[in-house]
Amino acid sequence: MSFIELKNVNKIYKNGVTALADMSVSIEKGEFVFVIGLTASGKSTFIKLLYREEKPTSGHVVVGGLNVEKIRNGRVYKLRRKIGIVFQDYKLLPKLTVYENVAFALECVGMKEKDIRPKVLEALERVGLKEKVRCFPNELSGGEQQRVCIARAIVNEPKLLICDEPTGNLDPETSKEIMNVIESINKDLKTTIIMATHDKDIVNRMKKRVLVIDHGVLVGDYAKGRYKAHESN
Amino acid sequence: MKVIRIIGRSFRDSFKSISRNFSLSFASIMCTTITLILVAVAIVCAANIENATKIIEDELSIVVYLNKDVTAEQIENIKSDIKSQSNVASSTFKSKDEWKVELGDYSEDVGNILDYLDDNPLFDSFIVKVHDVDYLEDTAKYINDIDGVESVKYGEGMVENVISTFNVVEKIVIVAVITLILVTAFLISNTIKLTIINRKNEIEIMRLVGASNTSIKLPFLIEGFIIGIIGAIIPICITIYGYVILYSKMHGELFTNLVFLIKPYNFVFYVSLVLIVIGAIVGMLGSLKAVRKYLKI
Repeated sequence: MSFIELKNVNKIYKNGVTALADMSVSIEKGEFVFVIGLTASGKSTFIKLLYREEKPTSGHVVVGGLNVEKIRNGRVYKLRRKIGIVFQDYKLLPKLTVYENVAFALECVGMKEKDIRPKVLEALERVGLKEKVRCFPNELSGGEQQRVCIARAIVNEPKLLICDEPTGNLDPETSKEIMNVIESINKDLKTTIIMATHDKDIVNRMKKRVLVIDHGVLVGDYAKGRYKAHESN
Repeated sequence: MKVIRIIGRSFRDSFKSISRNFSLSFASIMCTTITLILVAVAIVCAANIENATKIIEDELSIVVYLNKDVTAEQIENIKSDIKSQSNVASSTFKSKDEWKVELGDYSEDVGNILDYLDDNPLFDSFIVKVHDVDYLEDTAKYINDIDGVESVKYGEGMVENVISTFNVVEKIVIVAVITLILVTAFLISNTIKLTIINRKNEIEIMRLVGASNTSIKLPFLIEGFIIGIIGAIIPICITIYGYVILYSKMHGELFTNLVFLIKPYNFVFYVSLVLIVIGAIVGMLGSLKAVRKYLKI
C-alpha cells in the first residue's frame, strides 16, 4: 500500500457544497507533490483530509497506514504527531520566542526538556535561523517567520510535511528561499512533502509531481517534470 | 514520567495564563469571591438554624399526666405502652411528689400553698422524649388514648410553627447556596471561555502539532481550579474573623439564651474547607464546561 492513499473520496459540506468528488490518488513515501488549482477548487479540503481536520463524506483516506476517517476525535493527535504542517499565515505564537515556538511542538507531546533543546536547535539550523532563537515573531521578516513555522513542523521528525500555500504571503525571492528549505528537507530527511500552492512559477521551476484539482475533481496527475511540458503544449 | 511532565507544564501554563490575562482572571476571581462570601453567609446561617432546630427539638418533650387513681400496676402498663411506640426515645416517670418538690424549689409561694393542702393536687406523670418531632403530635395523641392517662401536653401549636418556620428558612438557604454555586460555575465558565477565545490560536496550534486532548484541556482545568481556590481566600478570612466577632458580640447566643450559636472553633475551619472545595470544584467544572463547548474535544 502507498504511503498516502485516497480511494473514491467524496467530501460534501453541510451547506451542500461538494468540495471533492470521487477522488482517488496514491502518493509514495519520500515523494514531493504539488497540489494546484484555483481558489475554492478543493485543494484545501484535500490537504485538510490528510491531517484529519475534515473527514470524507465517503471513501477512504489512508495516511502512513492509518485509516484517517476511522480515527476518533480523541485520537487525532496520534496522526498529527506523524505530520508536520506549514501554513500560509505561519500560526506562530506572538508571545513566545523563536526557540519557544519550535519547542512548543515538542512540549505539547510531553518530551523531556533535555531532549527538546538539541532537537529545536537542529531544526532551526536546518532552516537557517539558529542566530535568531531569542527573537520574537514580530521582530522577524515574513520569510523568517515561515522558516520558524517550517522548523516547528519538522522538529518532531514527521514522515509527512504538509504545506498549505507556504509562499502565499512572500515575495518571489523569499519564496525561492523557502522552497529551497522545503526541498532540502525532502532530499535530506526523505520526508514526503505535499504542498498546495497557487504559485505556478515555483511549480514550473521545481519540476515535481503535480496534482491539479478543479471543482473538486482531480483533473490532472502529472509525473515529475511533466507539468510544465503539458502547459506549454 | 510523561504524565508528570504534562501536569507540571499544565500548572506552569495555567499560572502563565492567569498572569497574562490578568484582568480576566481578576474579574473571575472577584466573581468567585463575591459569590463565595454569599455562600459562606448562607452556610453559616443554615448550620446555625440546623443547630437551633436540633436544640429546640432536643428540648421538646411530651408531659403525660396520669389519672389521680392510677395504680402502680397501671403505671407499669402505661410505661410499657409508651415505650412500645417507635418514635419514643425515652420516658421518665415523675411522681406528683417530685413535681411538688420541684415547684416548691421554683417558687416558695407555690410551695407553701401546696404544703397547706392536705392532698397533693398534682399528677403523676411521664416525661417522654421523641426521636422525630415531625410525629410529635401523633405520638402525643396515641399516648393520650392510653387507659389511665389524664392528658398530654407538648406545647401544641407553637412548637409546630417554630419548627416549620425553621424548616422553611433552612430550605430557602439551601436553595440559595445551590443557586450561588451554579452562578459561580457560570461566571468561571464564562471567564474561561473568554480566555479560550483569547488563546484560540494557541489551542489550534497545540492541536495541529499533536497535543492530546487531555494536555490541551488540563491547563484550563487547572486554571479554573486555581481561580476557584484564590477566589476562596477572602471569603475564608471573612468567615473566620467575621464569625468569631459575631459569636463574641452575641455572647454565643442566637437572640435568646435558650438557643446557642455553634462554637467558632472547628466550625469556621469546616466552613473554610467547604468553601475551598466548592471554589476548586466549581472552578474546574466551570472551565470543563467552557473547554468542552469551545474546543469541541
